Amino acid sequence: MAHATMPDTNVPTEATWMQRNKLAIAPWFFLAPALVFFAIYVVGPIFESLYLSFFEWNGLYTADGESTATWVGVDNYVKLWDDPNFWTSLVNNVLWLVLFMLAVPAGLFIALFLNQEVPGMRLYKSLFFFPFVISQVVVGLIFGWFYNPDFGVVGSIYKAFYCEETVNFVGNVTFKCVGSPPDILSSPEFATYGIIAAGLWPQIAYCMILYLTGLNNVASDQIEAGRLDGAKGWKMLWYVVWPQLRPATFIAVVVTVIGALRSFDMIAIMTQGGPFGSTNVLSHYMFETAISEYGERYGYGSAIAVVLFAIMLIFISYFLWRMYQDEKGGR
Amino acid sequence: MFPRPIEKSTPAKRFGYQAFLPIALIIWLLPLLAIALTSIRGAKDINSGNVFGWPSEFKLLENYTAVFTQSEAAQYMLNSVMITVPTVIISVSLACLAGYALAIYRFRVALPLFFLFVAGNFIPFQILMVPVRDMSVQTGLYDTIAGQFLFHAAFQTGFCTLFMRNFIKALPFDLIESARIEGIKEWKIFWYVVLPLVRPAIAALAVLIFTFVWNDFFWANVLTQGESAKPITAGVRALNGQFVNNWHLVSAASLLAAIPPVAMFFLMQRHFIAGLTLGAVK
Repeated sequence: MAHATMPDTNVPTEATWMQRNKLAIAPWFFLAPALVFFAIYVVGPIFESLYLSFFEWNGLYTADGESTATWVGVDNYVKLWDDPNFWTSLVNNVLWLVLFMLAVPAGLFIALFLNQEVPGMRLYKSLFFFPFVISQVVVGLIFGWFYNPDFGVVGSIYKAFYCEETVNFVGNVTFKCVGSPPDILSSPEFATYGIIAAGLWPQIAYCMILYLTGLNNVASDQIEAGRLDGAKGWKMLWYVVWPQLRPATFIAVVVTVIGALRSFDMIAIMTQGGPFGSTNVLSHYMFETAISEYGERYGYGSAIAVVLFAIMLIFISYFLWRMYQDEKGGR
Repeated sequence: MFPRPIEKSTPAKRFGYQAFLPIALIIWLLPLLAIALTSIRGAKDINSGNVFGWPSEFKLLENYTAVFTQSEAAQYMLNSVMITVPTVIISVSLACLAGYALAIYRFRVALPLFFLFVAGNFIPFQILMVPVRDMSVQTGLYDTIAGQFLFHAAFQTGFCTLFMRNFIKALPFDLIESARIEGIKEWKIFWYVVLPLVRPAIAALAVLIFTFVWNDFFWANVLTQGESAKPITAGVRALNGQFVNNWHLVSAASLLAAIPPVAMFFLMQRHFIAGLTLGAVK
């Protein structure tokens, strides 16, 4: 910017103090806008949610702007303990966490497959990365349709295997099928697996790109040295390459844990938690409870959010601890 | 390089690899190809369950026109742009300032503050949901474009600051040191010395935040109600309800929602990947 320099004639009196403490004050000027924003929209609300979880509140205010919330102590948490939907959601969260971890080895596998130099490889790599770029809403819709027994891909594959196409005497095509095609998203046992499979698709793409970058930076002299020592295949991967991929693995695990616990979009799009709450996870159950058609339950919703936050905090603390170790090692 | 470069193996293997690549890609992108194909089909194919076969009629223009004329898709797309662009500008600017402060100055709370931004970036949205919604209702920001981009900007500032701080920290510190010795004012060092050097980081953040915010669905549901402020992600869901079992129209709308981030990714691929894989290498 073309700000003219201020003439330095009238500064001495205030400049001495500013000058003396310049390096102590300056960072706060640079930090202030971000800190204010972050405090209002992120830090403040965390504590407010904690506080609200001890109230019962439908989100309304009286005419003079007083909140109608009433203090109920730990009631919301006691209710949670006896709420079967809460436990279903929690179990599903664990299922998501465990199965989502498949994205890490799967991503590594695809990265190893693609880590070659043939013509057009760059384009292949970016096309493989595609699923991550598009919105989870779209991924959810695609898979919802994919699983649709009447119109979708699963339906048509089923037809190809189990149905016999017959043409009756007026020429209409009818299908005679053995049983009916599976309706994955309407089955309480399988729906969650169906959604997780859909969620894995973009997540594998993400892990793949992390590992491609990691593989790109593996020290080639060590690989050559390993080759001279007769290491190849699995042995090379395990003893030489894998240790060098540790930073990539760490990031892949972090983003996969966060992704698993944040899963919301797919569930909201594909099943809305159903059938009978069987696909709910805490993030979706919280939303459903806090803003439902039957009136808002901000207090109870906040209590669910606090539980989810506590689970996440375990991971966040670990990540931060790891980062802290790196910082100490650095400059 | 690992695995062993394919050009060093037999021609047969090399040929096999190159032939298998497109097949693997097609299998991998099968769901996407299926909706792309569906979005140009007519209603007849949908009802007869023709998913992978040759379309019996081509309705590319008709379907996409139908999406725009029979729904609010154009409004949704415009809303998405008006939410996404200010978010990118605000969060990246704030992060440049904050990242500079956290990387260059040594003060006691620098590291705790940095970790605050990092941690904020990982928390579940649900812990913010009720207070942010309540605050938006109270301040009249509920169901507005501004209500959404202000929140997104604040939240994304966490990730952007993490990124910027690490990027600036990796710059040669001598540059700043010598500028200080020259007696250059702190904000001038920021503006004339550091800012030109972080341009790649700004580009990377801009594409990443654009994609994250464009694809947001949760906050669109929490902070909007009507059509006037809904972004395309929430819009596509509404369309899905409106076009029940008209999968050709739903597919067309989904692809429309996916195009801007995909285009962004292709145009700025290098920056995009550099941003996402930050920290994946030492």
